[in-house]
Amino acid sequence: MRIFEPKALGTMAPATKLVVYGILGLWTLIVLFPLYWVLVTSFKLPIHVFDGPNYLPFIDFLPSLHAWRYIFFDLGRDTFRPYGNSLIVAATSTALAVTAGTLAAYALSRIEFRPRLLSIGVFLVVMFAAIVAVAHSGADWRIAAASGVALFVLAARATRRLPSPQLGNAEILFWMISQRILPPVVAVVPIYVMLQQVGLLDTRSALVLTYATVNLPIVVWLMYDFLISIPRELEESAAIDGASRFRILREIVLPLAKPGLVATALLVFILAWNEYLLALFLSTVKAQTIPLLVAAQNATRGPQWWYMSVLITIMILPVIALTIVLQRFIAKGLLLGALKG
Amino acid sequence: MKTARLPEWMDRHSGPIFVLPAVLLILAFSIFPLVISAWLALSQFRLGTGGYEIRFVGLLNFKKLLTGSQQFHFLGTFAEIPLIGWLIVALVFGALAVAARRYATFGRVSVIGVAGRLISFPLIGALAVLFATTLGGQIGSLSTTLFYVIVGVTLQFLVGTGLAFLCTQNIRGRSFFRLVFFVPLMVTPVGTAYTFRMLADTTVGPFAPIWRALGLGNFAWASDPWTARIVIVLGDSWQWIPFIFIIMLAAFESQPRDQVEAAQVDGASTFQIFRDITWPSVAPVAATVVLIRVVEAFKIVDLPNVLTNGGPGIATESLTLHAFIEWRALNLGGSAAIAYLLLFVATVLCVSFVNMVVVPMRRSRQ
Repeated sequence: MRIFEPKALGTMAPATKLVVYGILGLWTLIVLFPLYWVLVTSFKLPIHVFDGPNYLPFIDFLPSLHAWRYIFFDLGRDTFRPYGNSLIVAATSTALAVTAGTLAAYALSRIEFRPRLLSIGVFLVVMFAAIVAVAHSGADWRIAAASGVALFVLAARATRRLPSPQLGNAEILFWMISQRILPPVVAVVPIYVMLQQVGLLDTRSALVLTYATVNLPIVVWLMYDFLISIPRELEESAAIDGASRFRILREIVLPLAKPGLVATALLVFILAWNEYLLALFLSTVKAQTIPLLVAAQNATRGPQWWYMSVLITIMILPVIALTIVLQRFIAKGLLLGALKG
Repeated sequence: MKTARLPEWMDRHSGPIFVLPAVLLILAFSIFPLVISAWLALSQFRLGTGGYEIRFVGLLNFKKLLTGSQQFHFLGTFAEIPLIGWLIVALVFGALAVAARRYATFGRVSVIGVAGRLISFPLIGALAVLFATTLGGQIGSLSTTLFYVIVGVTLQFLVGTGLAFLCTQNIRGRSFFRLVFFVPLMVTPVGTAYTFRMLADTTVGPFAPIWRALGLGNFAWASDPWTARIVIVLGDSWQWIPFIFIIMLAAFESQPRDQVEAAQVDGASTFQIFRDITWPSVAPVAATVVLIRVVEAFKIVDLPNVLTNGGPGIATESLTLHAFIEWRALNLGGSAAIAYLLLFVATVLCVSFVNMVVVPMRRSRQ
């Protein structure tokens, strides 16, 4: 009996191999079966669902395109508008988060910052005063914001000579990354009121800005670790040759950081594409995104499984396509972030 | 002249310019709302004739949740501690004692370190006691969230890491498995929730014949608190195992082959190699990936909202769902107070995890 012992180094014994393939096959089934069920449900008539379970099209039931027809023709524009919204919001917020996050991560990995604790304290006091002025005394928020900024600049200048403890890059980085711990539900009501005040409620811009902020910490984190691992010699020689920081970033650093950028962008895109809670609060009709439309199929008549299944199917497709195209970047890009954390 | 000066000025101040967009976004959509939310948590919101009224009430909202009329909802209903409750308490207190001892003997003791532990150790202990004392009655949304986080992340980590390890073995179709195993992450959580509702249906779901054969055809998992919670954890795990899988796979693949091969030549078993060579080299990544999952798991809302709507009763409500339900009932103050308590617990636990697990693991590798 040698079935548990390998024939040669680096190969597996027959029995071990069987177990390994068995487990991997089982997991493939666990992953794919729910998706298969969604796909077949999208071709079922309500009766096929309710007298179920019906497993195989053409054998257990006659597939019907009624749900697809309803979603694409009857609903028509009411499907495509949320779909378009989701595409635009996810793509734009990803672009914004990746741009702002990468710039910040690059600066934090290359330039030393020494923000003064005193200035931060002054900022918080001014912000608090502005909020109280708006909320309690009914001041106009535009005036409050403008005078707040002016007040902060004046106060910061006035206290410039005073001694104060200073923070470093590590603290700024931790501050940015730790924003991810913030549960969206803490911030969403004030964001709702704020957007209402500036008339941005139920617009795509509102979702773009909130999604970008929510996903920014991930970008900063992953990109910081990626950028810090890139050797600096090239940048230093470019700087000696008189290249500006913008040019160094564009022409030297970004090409080297491409795997990290792609993997981060894909992850952030998936998160934005699938986001539900913030969209639920901040959009109603005009800016409705596709996850909301999925949930909306849980109508008063009970969940409309067939319509839902169509929507879930057409939601997954673009992401799978994107992942297949970008597959080779994913593991490489995410790993560096995770390795250094 | 002016056009030439602007780029020069920008280059000189490139640091602040680079950081500014990120800082502005965080200030506007994170810090500012956080401050407003703090104020909301301390006040009462009331719809009156022709508008609304916000009245400052101090800590009333928090008092309601911790000791008052909403205590059953947030903390749970207390009852006698069952055996498993005692076990949990013993386990957690034992772990805390070990951690404290280790810190006192090996750690670099500092004022901040001690202060941090004076906050986190009592909180962790109190959470364990809370869990145990409400287990016999009805656990509240705080304990339910902890259950989702701890059980869910543990399950996801074990399965994800196990699959990743198997995929690094000398097998065929590795890129196929890698792609397929990644797919659940792409499904929107709302979609996952509805999919699991279909799958878990005991009368018309795909597993109905199995339920019937087991004599459980009329068993409604959604009306039993613990089966409902477990179904939610399973759905969440299906969704997030891919995330752990993909990162652990990369970690396993990036470790140098020569050490493993040398050990194989010396006749070490697969288990020994895993324990002594592979695991130590991927442990820092493992700690980080668990941290990311814990941070995200605290925010769970879509699955309980769709799968069970928080029911039966309040049994499957996570803190975010609890806050959302309060918000829908226009109790903005109560909602903000729950959110703040969630933020506090999540922050303390995540920061403790960083300090007590992630950092030491990384240090030991260097």
